[in-house]
Amino acid sequence: MVKPETKCWRNDAYAKVTGKAKFTDDLKFANVLHAAPAYSDFVHARIVSIDTGAAEKLAGVVRVLTAKDVPGINRFGQIIRDFRIFADDKIHYHGDVVAVVVAETREIAIRGAQLVKVNAEPLPAVFDPEAAMLPGAPLVHENHGTNLINTHVVRHGNVEEGFKQADFIIEEKFQTQTVEHAYLETEAAVCVPRSTDGVIEVYGSMQHPFSTRRFVAACLGVALSEVEIIGTPMGGGFGGKDDTAAIVCARTALAAKLLNRPVKMVYRRDWSMRESYKRHPYRVHYKMGVTKAGRITAVQCKIITDGGAYCSVTPWVTWRSTVQCCGPYVVENVHCDTFGVYTNNVVSGAMRGFGSPQMNFVIEQVVEMAAQKVGISGIEFRRRNMVRQGSVTITGQKLDAHKVAMEQVLDTVLREIDYEKKLALCSHGQAERRAPSRHVDQSTSELAETVLGAPIADDELYGVGLAMSYRGVSLGAEGVDFCAAIINAQADGSILLEVGVHENGQGAESAMSLICAEELGVDLNRIRYRRSSTSNIPDSGTTVASRATIMGGGAVTLAARELKQKIAEAFCAKLHCAPGEVRFKDNFIYGKTDGDRITFAEAMREMWLMQRFPFAFGVFKAPHVTWDEHTGQGDAYFTWVYGCQAVELTVNKKSGKVKLLNAVAAHDVGRAVNPEMVRGQIYGGLAMSAGYALHEEVKAPDGKITTLNLNTYRIPRSMDLPEMKAIIVENPDPVSPTGAKSIGEPANEILAPAIANAIFNATGRRHLSLPIHLGALPEPTTCGEGCQ
Amino acid sequence: MKIFVNGKEIEVPASALDKRIVEFLREDLDLTGAKNACDIGACGACTILVNDEPTRICVKRVKDFAGQRILTIEGLAAPDGALHPLQQAFVDCGAIQCGFCTPGMVMTAHAFLLKNPRPTREQIRHAIFKNLCRCTGYQQIIDAIEKAAPHYRRETKARKPAEPAIA
Repeated sequence: MVKPETKCWRNDAYAKVTGKAKFTDDLKFANVLHAAPAYSDFVHARIVSIDTGAAEKLAGVVRVLTAKDVPGINRFGQIIRDFRIFADDKIHYHGDVVAVVVAETREIAIRGAQLVKVNAEPLPAVFDPEAAMLPGAPLVHENHGTNLINTHVVRHGNVEEGFKQADFIIEEKFQTQTVEHAYLETEAAVCVPRSTDGVIEVYGSMQHPFSTRRFVAACLGVALSEVEIIGTPMGGGFGGKDDTAAIVCARTALAAKLLNRPVKMVYRRDWSMRESYKRHPYRVHYKMGVTKAGRITAVQCKIITDGGAYCSVTPWVTWRSTVQCCGPYVVENVHCDTFGVYTNNVVSGAMRGFGSPQMNFVIEQVVEMAAQKVGISGIEFRRRNMVRQGSVTITGQKLDAHKVAMEQVLDTVLREIDYEKKLALCSHGQAERRAPSRHVDQSTSELAETVLGAPIADDELYGVGLAMSYRGVSLGAEGVDFCAAIINAQADGSILLEVGVHENGQGAESAMSLICAEELGVDLNRIRYRRSSTSNIPDSGTTVASRATIMGGGAVTLAARELKQKIAEAFCAKLHCAPGEVRFKDNFIYGKTDGDRITFAEAMREMWLMQRFPFAFGVFKAPHVTWDEHTGQGDAYFTWVYGCQAVELTVNKKSGKVKLLNAVAAHDVGRAVNPEMVRGQIYGGLAMSAGYALHEEVKAPDGKITTLNLNTYRIPRSMDLPEMKAIIVENPDPVSPTGAKSIGEPANEILAPAIANAIFNATGRRHLSLPIHLGALPEPTTCGEGCQ
Repeated sequence: MKIFVNGKEIEVPASALDKRIVEFLREDLDLTGAKNACDIGACGACTILVNDEPTRICVKRVKDFAGQRILTIEGLAAPDGALHPLQQAFVDCGAIQCGFCTPGMVMTAHAFLLKNPRPTREQIRHAIFKNLCRCTGYQQIIDAIEKAAPHYRRETKARKPAEPAIA
């Protein structure tokens, strides 16, 4: 149970609201140098030479680093080692860094970077992923032999048979755009050579300290123990501060190591926009067969994505898209082919949602189109096909180890937004609804006033729409999935906690502390979350995949249980009970009766005197998952979460401008550890999805990004967003030691299709590409495109 | 040249006059609360109050502020560290996630509530329009500003208008 005072708690709130929190650029070190990256204007070219002479001559420039200066490995990647710390043989995209200029001031470093000249032979470039797949296309990486990064498949049932059973076929092509994470804090690093032992300390804005350490150590050619990544507040990540952020740290560390001085590199927004990886743009050819009874009989889909110039995590992103290619629906016959492709565009990598927002944009519109063909509501169609307790997914996984809450979250949203009544008010199809054969006991405008609180203006079209999804929790069969926690109780009863997950700004440290306090039955103010360091705790993987609470929280719970066991063994005799009967609550340790008790602080002091450490190390390993890459079958994820979001909007008839009026989201999170922070994740996810649907797009004609700052790359502002309602649904998960599951990404994967569906219900027009551009609308018709 | 920062008179050395004020505050005065996230005045993370007006300072020079009264996030809490009611509301409403926009957002909200202590939610939404936040969707930020408004109503009653917001 969440205590009222801990409904909203953060260990870093005071520091952040007073401006005292020290982000990377706020850190000061004596004798610090500044670094800036140098780019070339090529997008694909063979490097002949890099001329650093003019930069080196500039007064105040201390050194110019290129690939030649890397003592260790210049190429890195979590899957394929193709990412260059510095461009060496070729320029592969416009964001490739050829040199880093280190100077006494940042201004001089920037001026020096402009003086670096690259002599290179331009090569034919390829920007279209489908063109890149054709024979004879220019190869982005010649020794890879092809532009294909990876493929995935799902082979489930027999699609030919499935389509034969179908009465209707829905077949459409969809496209999604490249988008930027737009974390408010750009990439930044300060690296400090420690004079005592030569260890390089790295303070930086990154969400994966352990992969950063691997990048840095490999680049420097030193052991992992010679690099220490020290936890520093991070100004937003959203999946975007993995590869690029780690490379920025590696370049900065190299400068610090070679010059034996602290070096700071803080990215300018245009560098960040130009160089950092983005959300994958998708092209999806989707075909669904349905029966007159509204049952899906088969899905065939082909997914092609532009991975950009380097592999990054394209194979993992596309894997999630493949596993979830039919959304939360039971489909017995599925044939899915997925292709990740190299081009000379900006790198595509991890972004909140990780391959699901693209697919949900497709699926959640296709189900509505299918419902329309069948002649039933989108909601009824979903009910007839959605996963339920014991359903088998398209990868052959039986959903029976947790509560399948798909219908629960759907019903929650329908109720909250009053969906059925509002659907009747949608502008599209009003003529049919007003037809004399239908009994209408209230005029539409009266109903609008009752249900919406205001009439719909003459120049506006009104629509409501929703979308839903299920999502595999954590990494699944993508990778190694385990996490460590250390609880170190002190002799005065205070407690030091550290967990192998990273504070991305989401409140991970706070959630870990709340879980620890609850499990040990002590006040929160006893717990001090240690400043994290890669030298303190084992590599527990990256804080991605919405895995921090379930994996880190699991580790904390297991560590706390181990600690309680140690304490119970030490005090059971004194408390007149067996170790298993010792209870922990309200800062006391109790025996069988309330009379037998000792305060937590006294117990810790006595343990010290007994020479027994109240110290515990907990490890949570994700339950077993399976995957067959050839068939695309297996128990892909050890548990799943369920979410549904709905939105109301108006579309201006003349301008096509969309105004969001209201949004409602319900998510089964297993258990809410810090409820107000869970809601914050939901609101933030809704907002980011609204931007994805309506505004955001990285524009890069010929591979050169032109949307280089926050004036041209438009993320949602307060006025773009409606009032939002976040509803937490709790079905504690049996495989999660805390019962908690995930919310970060589930919240950010379905509002775009909900908006597309609402726009259809307003205008009768389907939008199969993102972002949705409406423009001026033709005179409303009784039935728009997509109608029969 | 002199400026007044968080109630303190600061003599600006001639060498700093052409510096960008955001850098002067952050580097010379170690007031790192104001953030620099876009360099072009597009995101609001550098917002401070200049004579009670919310001002985005990443594009402005120190010399533009001669004799002006500046309030940064560091000057909002009480000298003993007790949070200002607006800051407390941000904490209580869950309005803080990564925290990078928070100082600029709080300062914008403070300036707004000084002028309009009885805002509607729509007016609050409009007031923070120029401050970008990528984490929260603004919902809990608006909740916090709404929650803090009664404090400003009491303040307005207690103090006659036009009194400086800083000591």
